[in-house]
Amino acid sequence: MAASRGTLRTVPMASGAVWLYLRFAATHFRAQMQYPGALALQIIGSALFTAIEFAGVWALLNRFGNVRGWELAEVAVLYGLVMVGFSAAEATGRGFDTFHRQVRGGGFDRVLLRPRHTVLQVAGADFAFHRAGRWLHGAAILVWGLCNAGIAWNPARVILLAETIAGVTVLFLGVFVAVAAVTFWTVQSLELFAIVSNGSVDAGSYPATVYRRFMRHFLFYLVPIGTVTYFPVAALLGRPDPLGTPPWFGWIAPAAAPLFLAAALLLWRLGTRHYSSTGS
Amino acid sequence: MTLALRLAPYRGVLRARWRETLQYRLAALAGFGTQCYWGLLRLMILAAFYQSGPADATDFSFAHAVPYVWLGQALLSLFPFRLDADLADSVRTGSVASELLRPIDLYSYWFWRMAAWRLAQAAPRCLLMVVVAAVILPLVGLDEWALTGPAGGAAAGMYLLATALALLLGVAVTAVLISLMFWTVSSEGARYILPAIVWFGGGLVIPLPLLPDGLAAVLGYLPFAGLMDIPFRIYVGHLAGAEALARLALQVGWLVLLVLLGRLLLARGLRRVVILGG
Repeated sequence: MAASRGTLRTVPMASGAVWLYLRFAATHFRAQMQYPGALALQIIGSALFTAIEFAGVWALLNRFGNVRGWELAEVAVLYGLVMVGFSAAEATGRGFDTFHRQVRGGGFDRVLLRPRHTVLQVAGADFAFHRAGRWLHGAAILVWGLCNAGIAWNPARVILLAETIAGVTVLFLGVFVAVAAVTFWTVQSLELFAIVSNGSVDAGSYPATVYRRFMRHFLFYLVPIGTVTYFPVAALLGRPDPLGTPPWFGWIAPAAAPLFLAAALLLWRLGTRHYSSTGS
Repeated sequence: MTLALRLAPYRGVLRARWRETLQYRLAALAGFGTQCYWGLLRLMILAAFYQSGPADATDFSFAHAVPYVWLGQALLSLFPFRLDADLADSVRTGSVASELLRPIDLYSYWFWRMAAWRLAQAAPRCLLMVVVAAVILPLVGLDEWALTGPAGGAAAGMYLLATALALLLGVAVTAVLISLMFWTVSSEGARYILPAIVWFGGGLVIPLPLLPDGLAAVLGYLPFAGLMDIPFRIYVGHLAGAEALARLALQVGWLVLLVLLGRLLLARGLRRVVILGG
């Protein structure tokens, strides 16, 4: 570290942050590769979890044929998207996922002492590379769904797909930041938070028309997983929305994700001001 | 020594563990809220499928599915999703050696300790869940998603028996896996693979009768069905009469088999274990 400190100072702050983040990632990657057996097992385990969830989706569609008019390939697009976005956010935002330990153990005191942004340091504190298993599995389901859902591809839809993948990933990053920010007040991590993280995964895997109105409002306005998955995917598949939004709305709906992330970062800022060490 | 005196240490373990677990009330409440949300979400998804598909898609009706889902959420912590961390650590670090100094049977000690821990975790949640799912949901106008009573007196009796067997079966599964740690040392494998198998094989991902018929039949004979699916289907009346009794016998069979296997592995494991001093 001593040797690299000089180079750090000479680069501008913004690219320095990116460089530092990549360096954090590389270090964690090397560390986790020290136990290849354990890593392999974790990769398999994380893929297995999505596999059984998707087996459930498949079994239900196999028996009932469709859900609100959506067939297997179309639901697979939704499911694959959510898994790809969630696992990418989980892998890179792992530091926020385990942040409650830093608050409870007083580790955040050290973060505050260092001359770098707290978000950068916490994001770089941990990486979950074994989520690659889940990501690959999600990507496979997504590709299979995209090929079999009978999508009329055109340049606008390719852009829409890219936008949607980015949107879902950014939204889940926002979810992790928001949940971590709340621990500034609660100190311990509550199981309740699983509603917004894992709960969003489950809820986002089906078209929003499946849910009752109060649940839809939660998924559209509060933690907008429904907004960033349902509308763009309906537009991608060329399905009219029974809820009455115009087709072009799918193209702007992913914008809810950066808005949510911005709100989460704001909450984070408030939290860091509010933070008082547990002293342990 | 009278029987009561011989059982006293196990009863003591049961009571101590129960008190310890009840200390974390806020966490328990938060967990409860999560499970209510999950139950509602699952039911909404299932309801949409039942409304979208043909009426003759399955003989397992939505009215069967509602209590099945709520019971799954209410009794979630009875089941072996993870290894009891204290016991797993005691094998990994070798502190199990000090347990051997106690004048009690190690397997029974493990068994009742885990049973008490799970019971203490499940009981308060279960009571609250029944109140919410059976009383509050109808009050807020969600009758069709409310938990209904068991399908009759016989069903209720068999359900209680099946749930008790399910608890013991779950503990026996865990005891086998912890005993295996004398060979594997790390519990990573079990930690990542066990929950997935239990979730799916027990019917928590979706009720087993909704799986393709062949797959459902095969999974029905595995021990995991005895953890959740069998008691729940008895409760809703999807399993009744002689068939229900046969499934209870299946639970007992797996329980005996797994307890014997666990005892064998533990005895073998203790013989080969080398404890480092310090």
